[in-house]
Amino acid sequence: MTVTVKTFARLADAAGALSQERGARFLAGGTLVMRAVNEADPAIETIVRSTDPSFVHIGLSSGRVELGAGVTMAAILAERELTFLHPVARAVGGPAVREAATVGGNLFAPSPYGDFATALLALDATVTLAGGVGQRETPLDEFLGRRERGNALVSSVAFKRPAADALRFLKVTRVHPKGVSVLSIAAQLPFASGRVAGARIAYGAMGQSPLRAKAAERALEGRALDAAGIAPALAVAADGTSPTDDAIASAWWRREILPVHLRRLLLGAGHA
Amino acid sequence: MKTPIQFRLNGEGVATFVEGGANLLDTLRESVGDTSVKGGCWQGTCGTCTVLIDGMPRLSCVTLAEGCAGRSIESVAGLRRGAELHPLQSAFMERFAAQCGYCTPGMLMAAKALLDKNPNPTRENVVDAICGNICRCTGYEPIINAVLDAARSDGLRRA
Repeated sequence: MTVTVKTFARLADAAGALSQERGARFLAGGTLVMRAVNEADPAIETIVRSTDPSFVHIGLSSGRVELGAGVTMAAILAERELTFLHPVARAVGGPAVREAATVGGNLFAPSPYGDFATALLALDATVTLAGGVGQRETPLDEFLGRRERGNALVSSVAFKRPAADALRFLKVTRVHPKGVSVLSIAAQLPFASGRVAGARIAYGAMGQSPLRAKAAERALEGRALDAAGIAPALAVAADGTSPTDDAIASAWWRREILPVHLRRLLLGAGHA
Repeated sequence: MKTPIQFRLNGEGVATFVEGGANLLDTLRESVGDTSVKGGCWQGTCGTCTVLIDGMPRLSCVTLAEGCAGRSIESVAGLRRGAELHPLQSAFMERFAAQCGYCTPGMLMAAKALLDKNPNPTRENVVDAICGNICRCTGYEPIINAVLDAARSDGLRRA
């Protein structure tokens, strides 16, 4: 099947083209869209691309990080200022995938994919959407909740740089060293006087898209990260999740092992 | 409608026409005639179609061919120099790192990407370099050992 490829120098023009054509899809790294094109997905009639330099820009300033949606996992791994994200970027595929896979693309990756988006959710990231009439910013959790609707073009994501060692991440796979997620967990765990203050925990592969573990976050508030302190959070770890059965794991199994891995993450080195 | 593109393949200039949405794998095999690149899944999953684009490993099956205009591509066909095999190819033979051989072109290119950047890799480096490439024959150990052997060989320093 032949599709039309349109390349734009400006993201705003690409966003305009995307909004005008029902069968248009934006191509960033290609790991999702080219796969669909190879399978002759009839929903894709036009591929929209952009060579806008802002799309691949990494902005680091005064405690804030801004990642162009076209920034790849490899580019993140090459950036020393983003070492807190290296374990997350390294968890996304092998080297060839990491050269292609983008921050923006990961936001659209269907479950059980989307481990990077899981970390961004824990970082309280916002998403900037490009449009023909300007840009608008929206919280990532709102964006993920309605990502299936519309044909938005994400231009960048931004978040406050976490305190040193505050971001923790783990990915559970059946195949090692790299495999698709049974589940992933990212947690930003700020402390005040040795107690958790304002935790943000996100799960990957525990729903249609990455989601917040709000019950566990509430249960952790003001608690110490020791076995007794985290027990209430583990008891409600699976609240609000809706995992599905797939070739990697059943929904039942995902719920069963979630508290085990959340426990390991919370009791990990550094704050135990 | 076909679009004309030009790129370099194993050091030689190539000009061809591509259909809209064509991937690099099919373009290399069917339009350019480089059948050293193998297709396994066309989903970006198996790694057998790995080539180097501007020195970095990429899965050619999920790479838009049009996006490769002006780039420099290396496939396994460009590894040997005349009659002399690349040290990785020699090491794969000596270490029995290929059985059915289907993953081999991708494994070799993934390994070349590593050794080009890091000529003295650790075993962990090698495992990471090939972790996106699936082999269903060898159990990976002979491949890992072959890459480590190639890194230690005099030939790599000359290649």
